[in-house]
Amino acid sequence: MSAEKLIQLRGLTKRYGTGDASFLALRGVDLDIQRGEFVAIMGPSGSGKSTLMNLLGCLDTPTAGSYQFKGISVEDLNKDQRSLLRRHALGFIFQGFNLLARTSALENVELPLLYRGYSRKQRHEMARKALAQVSLSDKERNTPAELSGGQQQRVAIARAIVTRPDTLFADEPTGNLDSKTTVEIMELLRKLNADHGISIIMVTHEDEVAACARRIINVRDGVISSDRVNGHTKETQDSRLEDPR
Amino acid sequence: MIAMFFNALLIAIREIRRNLTRSFLTVIGIVIGVAAVITMVTLGRGATETVKQQISKMGNNLLVLRPGQGWGGGGAPQFSIQDVDAVRDQVPGIASVAPFVVNNSSVIYQDQNRTFDIQGTTPNYFAIANWQIGTGRFFTEAEVIESAPVCVIGETIRKELFGEGVDPVGCKIRVKSLTLGVIGVTRVKGQTGFGDDLDDNVITPYTTVIHRLSGRQGGRNFNQVMISGEQGYPTASIVADVAALMRERRKITANKEDDFNVFDSQQLAEVISSSTKVMTSLLGWVAAVSLLVGGIGIMNIMLVSVTERTREIGIRLAIGARAREVLLQFLVEAVTLSCIGGVTGIALAYGLCSLGAEKVGAPFIFDPKINLIAFVFSAAIGILFGFMPARRAASLDPIEALRHE
Repeated sequence: MSAEKLIQLRGLTKRYGTGDASFLALRGVDLDIQRGEFVAIMGPSGSGKSTLMNLLGCLDTPTAGSYQFKGISVEDLNKDQRSLLRRHALGFIFQGFNLLARTSALENVELPLLYRGYSRKQRHEMARKALAQVSLSDKERNTPAELSGGQQQRVAIARAIVTRPDTLFADEPTGNLDSKTTVEIMELLRKLNADHGISIIMVTHEDEVAACARRIINVRDGVISSDRVNGHTKETQDSRLEDPR
Repeated sequence: MIAMFFNALLIAIREIRRNLTRSFLTVIGIVIGVAAVITMVTLGRGATETVKQQISKMGNNLLVLRPGQGWGGGGAPQFSIQDVDAVRDQVPGIASVAPFVVNNSSVIYQDQNRTFDIQGTTPNYFAIANWQIGTGRFFTEAEVIESAPVCVIGETIRKELFGEGVDPVGCKIRVKSLTLGVIGVTRVKGQTGFGDDLDDNVITPYTTVIHRLSGRQGGRNFNQVMISGEQGYPTASIVADVAALMRERRKITANKEDDFNVFDSQQLAEVISSSTKVMTSLLGWVAAVSLLVGGIGIMNIMLVSVTERTREIGIRLAIGARAREVLLQFLVEAVTLSCIGGVTGIALAYGLCSLGAEKVGAPFIFDPKINLIAFVFSAAIGILFGFMPARRAASLDPIEALRHE
């Protein structure tokens, strides 16, 4: 894995609302993520982890601070430019799947390709390949209502990877799934990271899910409270025991 | 740019197919609105046109001089042939004048016996009342002078006395003791706006009626004088001149009312067509209400689907669609649905109009203006309510659109 810098945050701040009712969700976050990392962002609800995720995914704009994605200053981009950045470099997986209803798995996976000007044949080919990667080749004609939660999330993952993005953002990807399906989905993400070199940034509140990541960042009250490498170091074990939850 | 448009078209068509119920309900609203407006206005126009045609059937710039006030006559003296000549010679702007006497009698042909109007007049009448010859010929001035026992009959009489497909020219019919040779059949005029059959007349020289049928009535034999004005000459001035002449000839003193009246077909036409215009505009308003109701229907469908659509917009934005691409998709979708609805509505209106035209006996007149107005209005509603919520949603950050409840 190269140590090329993917993300650099400096003093990232996000305020919701104005005046007395305003609420500071992020209070100056500094963070660096290298290309090819698999990062889990953890924290209790209201900690600001989802806000951080949305900012990293260029779905939202910071109030203050700087965000460099592959050297691009995201805070200087306008709405359309951020759309184009998402289109060409990012993939998203949501807790609620966010698939188009009454739309076949194949067409859902094709959706990002429609905005990238591929021909019909190319779209079909790429979407079929992505569905094969998530082992859903036999379900390409099924609509979300005809699929289980795990299958829907796999369609969503296929949609996220069909454009071969540098980075995948996953917001509670297993939040709506049972434990068996959770294992399947996490295995899939781990493989995408290990075999295809896709950087993955994932928000979760489940320890078992976070355990799949190689780096775990804890967010608390709008700041990063801990940032550590997972799995191999004793330090991780210790800090886990110290975790108040 | 063109690629972006085709892309939007592709996505829009997918969305329309995917949401068939919603698309169908939207289209239905437009169809009903467009069809209602076009049908009502077209039928109204047709009715107005029918009235105009029927008035013109009565004659060209026709004026009728009658004894008494109103329809009855009320014992006022009729008109003499001298009155007819005076009108012809002294009133400016007159194209033609014909004396007219009507005698209601039973007409017999072989074993058929029916009662019809026997009209005595001169050949001028054919032009004044706009008669066309079907078969045979009209009678001549010479035949009027001779009191010739000849007649021209209407299509209704031909049918009722002679039966379908029989040429009556050369046959003889009997009216009381008088035998008349049929020399022609007039072309069909149909009915007046009041339901009177115009084709049940026996037209014969007035001399024949006076000398052989009804007997002399002291020289005042005519219960009507038919007058046609010159094309473009104001009929109101002819009416005034004829009235002045008649007052003089009938020695009516200044403080007495007229004991005759001059009926002006053009005036009648104006009165009737202005009342049908009121009807047409009333129908137009009814139609406008249906258009509005259709529009509200579209609005409802669009508003109901706003939540789902806002999430859809959120998804599209999140995976990298630009706001303008999403908007173009929604615009194309709304325009496509509106066009489908508009075209279907116009087609439906055509069906209804041709059906209705048959029922009310009104001709079917195509009016591109009303088609366009109805179409544009419905399309505007469809586009406005399809597009406005989309515009709001597309202006949101994707994450807000995704959270929309």
